[in-house]
Amino acid sequence: MALLEVDDLSVTFARRGQRTVRAVDGVSFSVDAGEVVGLVGESGCGKSVTSLAIMGLLPKQPGLRVGGKAVFDGTDLLQLDDRSRRDIRGRDIAMIFQDPLSSLNPVVPIGVQVTEVLTRHRGMKGEAATKEAAQLLDRVGIPDPRRRLKEYPHQLSGGMRQRALIAMAVACQPRLLIADEPTTALDVTIQAQILELLKELVRDSGTALMMITHDLGVVAGLCDTVNVLYAGRVVETARRRPLFREPRHPYTVGLLGSVPRLDSGRGERLNPIPGSVRDVLPWPEGCAFAPRCTRRVDECVGEPPQLVLAHDGRSYRCVNPAPVPGATQAEAEDLYRATPTGDDAVAAVPTAAEPGSVPAQAVPTDPPAPPGLGSREEESS
Amino acid sequence: MFRFIVRRLLQLIPTLFGLSVLLFIWLHRLPGGPETAILGERGTPEMRAQIRRNLGLDEPILVQYARFLRRMIKLDLGTSTSTKRAVTTEFVERFPGTVELTIMAMVLAIGIGIPLGYLAARRRGRLLDHASVGGSLIGICIPVFFLAYVLKAIFSEHFHWFPSSGRQDPTIGATRVTNFFLLDGLMTREWDAAADALWHLVLPGIALASIPLAIIVRITRASVLEVLGEDFVRTAEAKGLTENTVRRRHVLRNAMLPVATSIGLLTGGLLSGAVLTETVFAFSGIGAFVAEAIGQRDYPVLMGFIMIIAVVYVLVNLIVDLSYSVIDPRVRVR
Repeated sequence: MALLEVDDLSVTFARRGQRTVRAVDGVSFSVDAGEVVGLVGESGCGKSVTSLAIMGLLPKQPGLRVGGKAVFDGTDLLQLDDRSRRDIRGRDIAMIFQDPLSSLNPVVPIGVQVTEVLTRHRGMKGEAATKEAAQLLDRVGIPDPRRRLKEYPHQLSGGMRQRALIAMAVACQPRLLIADEPTTALDVTIQAQILELLKELVRDSGTALMMITHDLGVVAGLCDTVNVLYAGRVVETARRRPLFREPRHPYTVGLLGSVPRLDSGRGERLNPIPGSVRDVLPWPEGCAFAPRCTRRVDECVGEPPQLVLAHDGRSYRCVNPAPVPGATQAEAEDLYRATPTGDDAVAAVPTAAEPGSVPAQAVPTDPPAPPGLGSREEESS
Repeated sequence: MFRFIVRRLLQLIPTLFGLSVLLFIWLHRLPGGPETAILGERGTPEMRAQIRRNLGLDEPILVQYARFLRRMIKLDLGTSTSTKRAVTTEFVERFPGTVELTIMAMVLAIGIGIPLGYLAARRRGRLLDHASVGGSLIGICIPVFFLAYVLKAIFSEHFHWFPSSGRQDPTIGATRVTNFFLLDGLMTREWDAAADALWHLVLPGIALASIPLAIIVRITRASVLEVLGEDFVRTAEAKGLTENTVRRRHVLRNAMLPVATSIGLLTGGLLSGAVLTETVFAFSGIGAFVAEAIGQRDYPVLMGFIMIIAVVYVLVNLIVDLSYSVIDPRVRVR
């Protein structure tokens, strides 16, 4: 059974006198123990709201509705009362946020911010807690941890701050770690270090990681399974390699096509997805991506596209998906529920993102890893 | 920290020096000169000349200023023209009353204002929020003297719960040590005297607290609302901390920064004379005394008062800066 099973999660914000916003609209995915799962999409697609809803951290306001289920280890997180939720947060499920400076309390020393988790969930106090906190900082690669414990967030560099936040998140060896764009606010070299650290931590402890990002490079280097979100729905779910090799949903194709490539010719232009996230069709009226889609066919509009389960365990929500390279037309037609309307549709796929091409930055350098990057088998046995 | 305090206290010197120049000019520019201030309009020319000689006003201006400065440094502020007593003595007797009253008012304003502002922010848009925001608006609008009279009429003249005037019942015969009546009572263990002094502080304290209370409620509410939306509060929640810890350590501490500043300014304002409140309750503090001095053109008293206010403001700001550096490590002083 999956560690976290999110089923038909929806989040709507209703404001008096304003249009009701469906930020998350029937999102389903699962995270296995020790697995690294990516939630990918443009800003505004609902990925952060999804994670906050699971954690029960959405700002309480009238008009907020959270529906569906998020079953963690047998209990539906959405049904829990405030107190039980607080018990789970930080102990079983921990979270890392985007901007490490604003995510740390400026007027409280780092040490207190680490030990307060230990005190809350592990009952550690005084010297024992300080010692453990120092070990945690050491583990996330902060040199001279004893001194750093006494310092304040503004005295640390950006990378250090994110490391400190990670230390707080892993303090109780949670079974699930949710990272919401943990590297976005950092510069590139630090990004790589932080990703390396996260990878190491999940490998060593068997913690499952839910990685929320818009950066396909991060996905390529880290995730076992990827869920692509668009306008509040999961439009494609696949293992990492098949997703990069043969993206099926035109949105995924577009995302891959808009990643800059090192091996492309000089002066060659990027292939951004036309339009913006604002040009959406409401899901009940058809595919939300249809207004921007290069493979749009008549069937896209009218009713929402159903989730198609492909033979290899992947799924996508599209009536006219990109073809699998190598497959014959007959095979392809056999695979798709809706056949492409003809050569026009195929030709309309952005050339730089032809199926089978993988953006240089996004090439996974490590061999295909088993789920959980190694330690799952040991843990379950 | 210690060096910071010393440096700030040294800054008092140029401040007071500049002030002394201003005061000196002011004395010389008095309508009709100091002799008119002393004699009034009725003095004969001979009497005026006599006074000018006595005061040394016929000497060169720099000599006059040097003499003025020397007296200032010796804390000799001259003699009050209305009470004929040394200005310093008057202040030593009366200023403690104002300090006591100010502390009382600020204790009330802070003790009620911060929790109320916090609750209003937590219950944003609900009854308590609207009530406290509306109530604070009323608090700011009601003139202090009116509130003072109403309080006096209800709680002292009608119910007789609190005394209507004075700082202490003279029949108690309390021992005077510092002129802080409450402190005196505690120090000499005359508990009835201390209780009586405290009792006399209640009504004027409430009247004086009304405006600072309203301001503190509003600033606390706005500040807490701002902090509640901060990322680090979400981080604290994500750690599963108890509501109490999130509240105390993460929300309130950050929300206190702007409140500390306003408390400093408000305290300075109250110390510089709660004229109306003191007058209504016949409370012998500095405010009522100075109000009288203005009417009587008692220049030595006014001069001394201005000097005291300058010192008070510098000290209050020093305390605010120190408290700031305790709350916020980013502005911590070295």
